[in-house]
Amino acid sequence: MTVPAPIPASLRVPRQHLQPFHHLDTLWIQVAGTQCNLSCAHCFVPSGPGVNRHEMLSRLEVAARVAEGLAMGVKEIYFTGGEPFLHPEIERLVESTLAEAPLTVLTNGTLFTTRRVSWLAGLSRASKYSLELRVSLDGTDAAAHDTLRGAGAWTRTMHGLRALTDAGLLPIVTVTDHTRGNPLEFATKVTAVLREEGLAEPRVKVLPLFVLGRQAERQGHSPGKRPILWMLPEEHFDPHRLQCGSCRAVTSRGVFVCPLLVDEPEARLGHTLEGSARPFGLDFEACYTCWMTRMTCANG
Amino acid sequence: MTTLALFGGVYSNPFALRAVLADSAARKDQKLWCLGDLGGFGPDPETCAELLRAEAVDMLQGNYDHSIGHSLGDCACGYTDPRDNHFAQVSYDFTNACVSESTREWLRGLPPQARLTIEGRRVLLCHGSPRRVNEFLWNSTCSDAFLEWLCDEYEADVIACTHTGLHWSRALPGGRCVVNVGAIGRPAHDGRTSVWYAGLAFGPGGVARVDFREVAYDHEALAAQMEEEKLPPEFIETIRTGWWTTCLENVPAKERMRAMAAK
Ligand code: SF4
Ligand code: SF4
Ligand SMILES: [Fe+2]
Repeated sequence: MTVPAPIPASLRVPRQHLQPFHHLDTLWIQVAGTQCNLSCAHCFVPSGPGVNRHEMLSRLEVAARVAEGLAMGVKEIYFTGGEPFLHPEIERLVESTLAEAPLTVLTNGTLFTTRRVSWLAGLSRASKYSLELRVSLDGTDAAAHDTLRGAGAWTRTMHGLRALTDAGLLPIVTVTDHTRGNPLEFATKVTAVLREEGLAEPRVKVLPLFVLGRQAERQGHSPGKRPILWMLPEEHFDPHRLQCGSCRAVTSRGVFVCPLLVDEPEARLGHTLEGSARPFGLDFEACYTCWMTRMTCANG
Repeated sequence: MTTLALFGGVYSNPFALRAVLADSAARKDQKLWCLGDLGGFGPDPETCAELLRAEAVDMLQGNYDHSIGHSLGDCACGYTDPRDNHFAQVSYDFTNACVSESTREWLRGLPPQARLTIEGRRVLLCHGSPRRVNEFLWNSTCSDAFLEWLCDEYEADVIACTHTGLHWSRALPGGRCVVNVGAIGRPAHDGRTSVWYAGLAFGPGGVARVDFREVAYDHEALAAQMEEEKLPPEFIETIRTGWWTTCLENVPAKERMRAMAAK
């Protein structure tokens, strides 16, 4: 018997990395759709005033998605948008969801009234689960932040962060690292800036810059499929490394594999969470960034 | 009535370990288990290993034990914050440099999980969670639905874990429960210098009662030894004040707000 000669690497069909689905740990619910009061130059899921690509979810829709998640043993829930605090019923959504599961709300931090802040603080103290408020910043000063987010955005966000802190809340500040330098130095710098701005115990999560949405347009990229992860050898693929093994994201358009790819039709896995609990092929450029940076959109 | 005493996170602190072993002996617990993590943070992993082996304490292999046992490059604690990772590496390199080959071999041979049946209850002992040795199970970020799912999926009535360093327990509807036994190697970020472990009482009805036991130890002696070994002042401050100064970034809002309010 003759042993077939190995196929030269150049002729091999690239294999697709199939990410298995382990369990629903984090359920992302895009409660506000793509409605936002800002329209940042680098938004992953391009949002802004009057942007309706994904619609706001009704209270009943959100409750139904939470119930689906709980039936699957979901660990934590995340609200996102757009800007969740634009939702007319956001307080009822937060209160009823937090009664069932730990909840994180991602916000640009510009819409906190004094009344709302003290309501959030009271709810957070009374709850058995953590209520996390996650506020995003770009760069370490007003100039960098406002270039992307619009004039005055830094000041309004700092005002929101101080109000939350003064009420006894401990928001997580996510900062996108546009520098690609040393992560410890970057995080240390951000922490120092936030202390100067009057936050006693800043909590900082550094995010990598994703080439998605408006950021991709800015860089002159055509976003979408590029066979980049396929080039990694199969034995280097660790099925536990990526968040898409344990998350799903829900918008008005259905259930998507993760919160980063809600604008990719091929990342829509179905209409129900149960039906979307299946493997996914990692074909997108964002997948490569996730892989290289080990990043997760979740808090931990 | 059967009592099962559980502790975790020895973190190279022989002073606290001796105090906990004495406390459990005085209470005449029927069973005693260590849920893993011999090293890290403190000054003296070798004496801790000698104590545990001399007393023949049943022990699981934590992430730290796996890493040290196999001489890996880091502790695999699973922190994501760069400052937390920096301090984790300092204590890992210290620990890795001072354990003996015989301790490494012992750590390599420890089981990652154990199953017991006590008064008809299925008890699963693990380090981080039943599914991952370095998963952080914090009280405020695990829904009841998730803990129920863990009990179903891993066929247990009682799940006991450690790894986070903060102790808690949750009784689930239907009589099952999940317990994080905390750590004895450093205080519980509560402004107290003592440390905590857990006692689980099983009656004929089967339902577990969980008591957390606070144990004081000679923390000044530990701090002095840490100074001698030139361990980071941040670690020594934690031992003297009861407040964490490192590895804080993944502690959730609820646990951090409780600490802030108490400060
Ligand atoms: S990045 Fe956030 S704040 Fe900016 S437009 Fe997008 S959703 Fe709104
Ligand atoms: S973008 Fe990241 S999280 Fe989403 S499917 Fe790709 S690898 Fe997974
Ligand atoms: Fe551990």
